[in-house]
Parts: sequence; C-alpha cells; structure tokens
Amino acid sequence: MIELTRRATFSASHYYWNDAWTAEKNEQVFGRCANRNGHGHNYTLEVTVSGEPDPVTGFVVDLKWLKDLMEKEVLAAYDHRHLNLEVPEFAKAIPTTENIAIASWKRLAPKIARMGGPRLSRVRIYETPEVFAEYRGEA
Amino acid sequence: MKAYFGRRYQMSASHRLHTDRLTAEQNQAAYGKCNNPHGHGHNYLVEVLAGGKVNPETGMVVNMAALDEVVQTKVLARFDHTNLNLDPLFVNQVPTTENLCRAVFGLLKDTLPAGELEYVRVEETENNFFEYRGE
Repeated sequence: MIELTRRATFSASHYYWNDAWTAEKNEQVFGRCANRNGHGHNYTLEVTVSGEPDPVTGFVVDLKWLKDLMEKEVLAAYDHRHLNLEVPEFAKAIPTTENIAIASWKRLAPKIARMGGPRLSRVRIYETPEVFAEYRGEA
Repeated sequence: MKAYFGRRYQMSASHRLHTDRLTAEQNQAAYGKCNNPHGHGHNYLVEVLAGGKVNPETGMVVNMAALDEVVQTKVLARFDHTNLNLDPLFVNQVPTTENLCRAVFGLLKDTLPAGELEYVRVEETENNFFEYRGE
C-alpha cells in the first residue's frame, strides 16, 4: 500500500467563540482568538490517500483529479472567506484547527469513496507552520 | 470524534556524542565529528502530537496555551540553551537525538493538559529527524 499526500493552501479569517459562555469565559479560554473582529491565517491543507498503485498507470490516484477535488470541495468554500460568517459548518461549530480538519474530511470523504479507488486516510490542516491538527476518520 | 493536535517548538542546545564504554578510537569511528571533545550545537525542532476527543465546548483536543505551558516547563526550560551532556537524563546515555526524543516523550507523557501523547518528533537539522511513539 502507498500513501500519497497532496498539499494546497488557503487564507481565511476566523475567531473562537462559544455562545453558551460569557464574554469573560470566552476570553479566558480562547485568549486573543476570541477577538470578535476576527483574525486570519495562511492555512495549509494536506490530504493523504492510500491504496495500491494501478497496474496500468502506476498511480494510486490521479493527482490532477485530487487537486481539482480539493479546490472544488474545500478551497472554493474556505479560501478568502470568514469561516465563522461564511461557511455553513462553522455557523455552530467553532472553526478551530481540529474542526477545520474534520470538516475538510467530511467534504472530501464522500467524493473519494464514490470513486471506489484509494481510501482517504488523513486530513491535516496547518494553521501556521508550528500549529496543526489532523483527522483520520475516527469516531 | 478523535482528532490530533500538533505543535512545533524550537530549542537550541549543545551536545557531544561520546561513551565511556568505547575507546577513544572507537568513539571517533562511531561518532566522527560529533565526538569533538568541546561539543557542538543544534537548533532542535520538537514536534508534539496529542490525540483525543474533540471537546464539544471548545472544539479542541487540547488548549494550545495549556500545552505550551507544559512543554515550556517540562522540556524547553530544561534543555534550551544548555549542554545536554550535563543533564541528569544523559549521565548514563549518549545524547543522540534518538535518546533526546525518548527523553522528551518521557517528560511529556502523562503530563498533557488533555489528550494522549501520540508521538514526539525531534528534528536535529533540516535533513534528519527522529520520532518516538512510546513503543
């Protein structure tokens, strides 16, 4: 089995806020990320699929297909957007790096499964080069 | 849902690879330039991965500020700008990056504010890195 990873970048703004909490508690838990005017990052999305190389093409997956899928399903929704205000899944869920990784997985997984070839094995989101989160489809 | 949160930290330290169990010639053969008696240093990158359920209230596996505090206290304050050979952890073992990686894992295991320690990766230079998962 081979694991293949494709990277893409997007830039977006967000803030962290739990409506069930007081302003004081939000600021205590989330610190500067609780500023309601938002702030932004250059995110890196890493998508890893795994499978056996096709005996004819030698590909686990057509990289162009994967690149286009990432652009259509994730970047088109997130790039140059305010995640809290413009992306439906973050109307309720806080757009933490963990939740962005899970949400990106949910956007990609059905399309990759429908192709019937390689398996989506990991989605990793870098918020900065020093901060990242990943989701492997676990319950 | 189980997810993973990763964080990278930098620390600078010196070390000398040398063991009294080998002769001077054997040390030189095994460690080469790293056996220089005066030591040398690296800018180490320490990558920590925590795994666990995403807290529904915060959307986080672990609060980054709380994780930073633990790593700062347990690891960076201990090793940054020090000579690793003089640390008690390296009295009886050579401060190779393999051993440093295991030492950092040992210092952080069971001390994370939330989640489980999945691995510690230590990058010694841009071209070599080491990873320990507690196995």
